[in-house]
Amino acid sequence: MGLLGLLAAVEGDVGAIGKGLVYGLAAIGPGIGIGFLVGKAVEAMARQPEAAGMVRTTMFLGIAFVEALALFGFVLSFII
Amino acid sequence: MLSTLVSLIASDVRPPAGFEPPGTEIFETPCLIGSGTYCANRVMLYMALSAIIIVALFVVAFRKPKLVPSGLQNGMESVVEFIRNGIVMEVMGPSGLKYLPFLTSLFFFIFVNNIFGILPFIQFPVNSRMAIPAFLAVLVWFIYNIAGIKAQGLGGYLKSSLFPPGVPTLIYILVTPIELVSTFIVRPLTLAVRLAANMIAGHLILTIFFVGTWYLQWKLITIPFAALSFALGTALVAFEILVAVLQAYIFTILTAVYIAGSEHPEH
Repeated sequence: MGLLGLLAAVEGDVGAIGKGLVYGLAAIGPGIGIGFLVGKAVEAMARQPEAAGMVRTTMFLGIAFVEALALFGFVLSFII
Repeated sequence: MLSTLVSLIASDVRPPAGFEPPGTEIFETPCLIGSGTYCANRVMLYMALSAIIIVALFVVAFRKPKLVPSGLQNGMESVVEFIRNGIVMEVMGPSGLKYLPFLTSLFFFIFVNNIFGILPFIQFPVNSRMAIPAFLAVLVWFIYNIAGIKAQGLGGYLKSSLFPPGVPTLIYILVTPIELVSTFIVRPLTLAVRLAANMIAGHLILTIFFVGTWYLQWKLITIPFAALSFALGTALVAFEILVAVLQAYIFTILTAVYIAGSEHPEH
């Protein structure tokens, strides 16, 4: 609870720390997700180079979906 | 040396007292024409300029089409062909070719407005103003819903999008609300937020690096850091070109996926 205690202690000037936390925490999951996604896509392209075009299209689609979560965090850090 | 150059150009420029990082206020521009609700700021003028640029590009490229294309016609044809083969045929199949003009206009509009972010003397990505991606997302929302209703009828469209087949009956209690939210709310929201947030982030980072360069060049001892900041900012300009193309591509391909999904739910 150290972090929450710190946040409670700096009540009134929570803005900067809170904003940083929002974006930082929001970027963890999508970061791992995109890592897995692209890694698997490269694996698939290496196994079957003739399917590279299809894999690449699907990969970009997947990245677009995963990335949206991180971008929500980015936008929220401006809103709060 | 650089500071003397700057002071030669503008004699009233003084070194700043402290570093003030640029914030979201760099996206707010004053009214140029009119005031209040009916106000044209420079973002709006850039958007009109982008329409003129796109029309001019297409007219010049395809006014006198040749069988063996060269120059501008060659370039434009390869982009349109990429959208046709890489997006429409890949995602929608031959039945989606009727959406090719719409998707091409969408791609060019988003791309030109993104690339404004790094064009000298303009340097403002129009799509970083939320209203413009939001309008595009609402447009796409109407198009894929109307396409689905036209293809399957209202009942059939709602049934295929809210009650996906092959799910045990009791699970529908869980699946239907999720599908309702994801199809009709999250899709347009993510489309708009993705584009706007990418452009806001890119513009902010470029501004921070170049403002940092300007701030660091006042003292001799920090000039190496100014050079580093300038180099990184320049590299990020190249990255912004990539992001501009990629976001236009992703917006277009997601539109194609949504239209294809509402027209042919079995895929």
